Amino acid sequence: MLKGSRFAEHPLAGLIPYLGRYRAKLLLGTGMVLATNAVAVVTPWVLGRAIDDLRLEVTRDKLLIYATVLVGLSALEGVFRFLMRSVLIGTSRRLEFDLRSDLYAHLLRLTPSFYQRYTTGDLMSRATNDLSAVRSVLGPGIMYSLNTLFTTVLTVSLLISIDPSLALYTLIPLVAVSVCARYFGSQIHRRFRSIQEQFSELTSLVQENVAGMRVVKAYNQEPAFVRRFAESNRIYVDRSLGLARISGLFHPSLALLLGLSSLTLLGLGGWKVTLGEISLGDLVAFMAYLAMLTWPTIALGWVINIVERGSASMRRIQDLLDSRPAISVPNSSATDITAGSIEVSDLSFAYDGPQALQDISFEVPAGSTLAIVGRTGSGKSTLANLLCHFYPVERGQIRIDGEDLNDIPLEVLRRRIAYVPQDTFLFSDTVRGNIAFGRPQATRDQVEKMARTSDIWSDIQRFPEQLDTFVGERGVTLSGGQKQRIAISRALLVDAPILILDDSLSSVDTQTEERILERLAGQLRKRSAIVISHRISTVKGADQILVMDEGRIVERGTHRQLVDQEGLYRQLYERQLLQEELGIE
Amino acid sequence: MTAPWEEKDRSGYDSHLARRLFGYLAPYRKVVATAVVLLLGLSAVRLAGPYLTKVAIDGPIRNEDPQGLLYITLLFLLLLIAQFGLGYLQTYWTNWIGQQVMSDLRRQLFGHLQKQDAAFFDRTPAGRIITRITNDVDVMNDLFTSGVVSVFGDAFSLLGIVVIMLLMNWKLALVCFSVIPLLFLLTLWFKLRVRDSYRRVRGAVAAINGFLQESFTGMAVTQMFVQEGRKFGEFEKHNRRHMQANLDSIFYYAVFYPAVNLVGALAIALILWAGGIQVLDAGLTLGAVVAFIQYSERFYKPISDLSEKVNILQSAMASAERIFGLLDTGPTIRPPQRPHRAPVQGQIHFDRVSFWYREGTPVLHGVDLRVEPGEKVAIVGATGSGKTTLINLLGRLYDVCEGAVRVDGTDLRQWEPEALRQSIAVVLQDVFLFNGSVGDNIRLWSGRVTDSAAQQAARRVAADRFIQRLPAAYQSPVRERGSALSVGQRQLLAFARALAHDPRILVLDEATSSVDTETEQLIQKALAELMEGRTALIIAHRLSTIQHCDRIVVLHRGEIREEGTHQQLLRQRGIYFKLYQLQYKDQLVDAV
Repeated sequence: MLKGSRFAEHPLAGLIPYLGRYRAKLLLGTGMVLATNAVAVVTPWVLGRAIDDLRLEVTRDKLLIYATVLVGLSALEGVFRFLMRSVLIGTSRRLEFDLRSDLYAHLLRLTPSFYQRYTTGDLMSRATNDLSAVRSVLGPGIMYSLNTLFTTVLTVSLLISIDPSLALYTLIPLVAVSVCARYFGSQIHRRFRSIQEQFSELTSLVQENVAGMRVVKAYNQEPAFVRRFAESNRIYVDRSLGLARISGLFHPSLALLLGLSSLTLLGLGGWKVTLGEISLGDLVAFMAYLAMLTWPTIALGWVINIVERGSASMRRIQDLLDSRPAISVPNSSATDITAGSIEVSDLSFAYDGPQALQDISFEVPAGSTLAIVGRTGSGKSTLANLLCHFYPVERGQIRIDGEDLNDIPLEVLRRRIAYVPQDTFLFSDTVRGNIAFGRPQATRDQVEKMARTSDIWSDIQRFPEQLDTFVGERGVTLSGGQKQRIAISRALLVDAPILILDDSLSSVDTQTEERILERLAGQLRKRSAIVISHRISTVKGADQILVMDEGRIVERGTHRQLVDQEGLYRQLYERQLLQEELGIE
Repeated sequence: MTAPWEEKDRSGYDSHLARRLFGYLAPYRKVVATAVVLLLGLSAVRLAGPYLTKVAIDGPIRNEDPQGLLYITLLFLLLLIAQFGLGYLQTYWTNWIGQQVMSDLRRQLFGHLQKQDAAFFDRTPAGRIITRITNDVDVMNDLFTSGVVSVFGDAFSLLGIVVIMLLMNWKLALVCFSVIPLLFLLTLWFKLRVRDSYRRVRGAVAAINGFLQESFTGMAVTQMFVQEGRKFGEFEKHNRRHMQANLDSIFYYAVFYPAVNLVGALAIALILWAGGIQVLDAGLTLGAVVAFIQYSERFYKPISDLSEKVNILQSAMASAERIFGLLDTGPTIRPPQRPHRAPVQGQIHFDRVSFWYREGTPVLHGVDLRVEPGEKVAIVGATGSGKTTLINLLGRLYDVCEGAVRVDGTDLRQWEPEALRQSIAVVLQDVFLFNGSVGDNIRLWSGRVTDSAAQQAARRVAADRFIQRLPAAYQSPVRERGSALSVGQRQLLAFARALAHDPRILVLDEATSSVDTETEQLIQKALAELMEGRTALIIAHRLSTIQHCDRIVVLHRGEIREEGTHQQLLRQRGIYFKLYQLQYKDQLVDAV
């Protein structure tokens, strides 16, 4: 099937190292397939002899022996078959486990740019559907190919030994069975796919209808959507019936071909019995052998389809395994936790299009607070992402305690920085689990202390199970502000020398914000902090404020200095005062 | 929040539910009957094979009669062809029935969904609605295709085998039947075990999916807090649980198939032994022994299929209950008994309107506002002042809690909903584009709007220019949620949509997002065109829009606080003055 130089390029070649790990088990499984078949082929022979004896001359004792032998053989075959399935299919499940774990371990190392390239849905389908398609190759694929091979070789040679010409004529329809199984298998798969596509079409129509219900209602277009749905539904029904037409043919066709084989046997074999070329017992044994061949011939067509699909899936998995992290830092002797001074010089950055950051330079002495303000899209979050080394730093330099960011191993860097991202992401875990995410061994008191500092403690007290309340679908639904405050507690608890807050108070009202800032003050004094915000109230107290616009630093100074200038900061400040007057959040 | 119809999840047989469910078969009565007849015929043909073998062995083969053998072979061929034809037709029609019933159910559900009010969609998660219409209906397929019809076939096959064997030789038949209970128990044990472990597998798959989904979305957080190791450990736990559940199910499979074979061998051994003794006593023919062996191999399939049915019925019932639950939930906003129907003139009156989503926290409080036909009124106010709620009430997405909203002097609740909606067009801030072409999105698949009317509308709001530049002009697909079009283009498209539907009353929630100056001018011109000759109620964010209006209403914390023209309000130095400085002054500077 797979040979020569093409073998190494074949997508399934990636599985060889995995198969190697289970060499012994696979060998044992193969032995069991052989043993099963070796025992199985004896049964029809015994049956044939029994029938012949019945025709000629038999004693009750002899009958009892035949019956016992038949049951005994079946029991022995059963033991081997049990072992065959347990060993081979079991191994495929272990292989699947290994492969999935390796895939996930690999995905854990990939950077945000990778996750922007693939959608979550796509990744999930590779890690589940594709993986199970590959598993089918490793399990049923291997088991049935071996089984088909051994059964065919053994039974066909026995059939030939009974009567070569009878064997030839009865086996022709069986070859057609294999071809037929393969043809129908791929047709059914293709049609099934097109049904699935229409199904997701139908699903997204409903989804869209629900999401856009206000527009639909406002324009009175319910009937139009009912029509569209009916049309989409009709296509779905048509395609399903298209599948029914082909799958409806599948089993009757197999039955027809197998029937032709039996028919040939009955006609031709019966004739040969009347001529005395073979005995009646031979005929019965022949029937039994043909029955034994039925499943392996169907399985052959089926296995070819499994291997085809498995190869396509393995290629999709290999795509992921071949993706390299965008950032790799050699393991160096970088010192661990440090004071936390930051130095950025002439930093420029672009994602894929226009420049997102241009010639950014600033310094944050250890223990001081730097604030960055600016409009949406001014580059504030990009800067935070670069400090965390989520994207490669190529033009300009970032130094942390004098060390170049590109020389600090990611793990070391990330232990130095506690980061509260703009989009708050919480895991479906308890409140406590979320706060202690970066430091699972933290005590309850430590968790409580940070929750108090972030002003979320009183909220937690009101949750049904306080700290042990689940977040999300299985528990409480949190407001945006509550999520942000939990994310702040989470960052504070890791106790890193650098703290980055990326617009982390945007969803809380100004009074709460003030309270949090007051409590944070103590924490901020202990570390270097970068506070990003679009609100002046958040940044007023910082040691140094940068005003960013279109990727550049346009103003810098303390709050007093900046208010005295006639610039962007002053404008933002005046707006804020007006907002407060109007009572707008 | 869960809807009340979601909470019960009983499974099991419920005769009322079943009657209602099987009611869906009623229109296809004849086809169902045909399918059953086909299936019975098929089972009968299948049963004939072994008997024919017996006839061949005991007749022509024993008597060395080639002619007789040929006849039997030909008969065998005929049976094969009949089996092929019946098998195909039966499978097709059974599937056809299932598909029709599902299609009917789905259409009924979707139609019902269109009648629901906004509160229903607030309360019910979208995912759940979608599951009802798609997955839950699909579960029905199993019931109607492999359940209802084939149960007859299986029962008939089993019965047929029993009867034929009894007729051939009742003593041997009874000996042979002794394995049936064994087979039955074995199958039952297996199905129960496998179902249980299959449930565990499914649970594990769901856990892996859930974990991966969350893990991919939160990858940056995991990496930032250096928790990759822990996450990997958690993943391995799910992965291992999945493997273990699968390994368990392998055990059952590995035991079951050999055990079934063993029972089969036992049956053959019994036939050989007991039958053989009868042959010795000359009570039985050799052909009968062979036929007996072949029949005994056919016990298994109908027994296995029948034991599957209980399962199918159970899950179908659970889905049916959820589906009917949705069908039985009616909208709370209902059309009136004797609806008012008249051409809309365009007068709007919010008559001391109060509204709250939750008692005690009113969103609107005693709002009194009258808009004359053809008048253009701008509503301004800070976020949360109740502007959006006001237009939601006009669109009757919700009903007022106190007071009344009147159009042409008649309470909205008295109007026929269709008549009213045909005369009111709502343009929302976040322009919702449906999957489909640009043209479809203007027409909204409406029969009342022709393609040329849609294009004319697009020309009048200056959307024509960019549409013509698209690869297939009006036939160009807009991507989901319209991500391929710019904010300004989407605005213009929404205007064209409103204009094409030619409303008497225009309700517009203006977009806040900023666009470049050129687009801004296009939008303003389009807006003037759109408002021409109509009553307009506009939540305004742009100074130029406000200046196009006859009157400005300032909403603050759910109440009307100021009213007048731009100049009048500026002179008052009140809320509007501050809003002006905050939101509109810069736009003036930009425009200059």
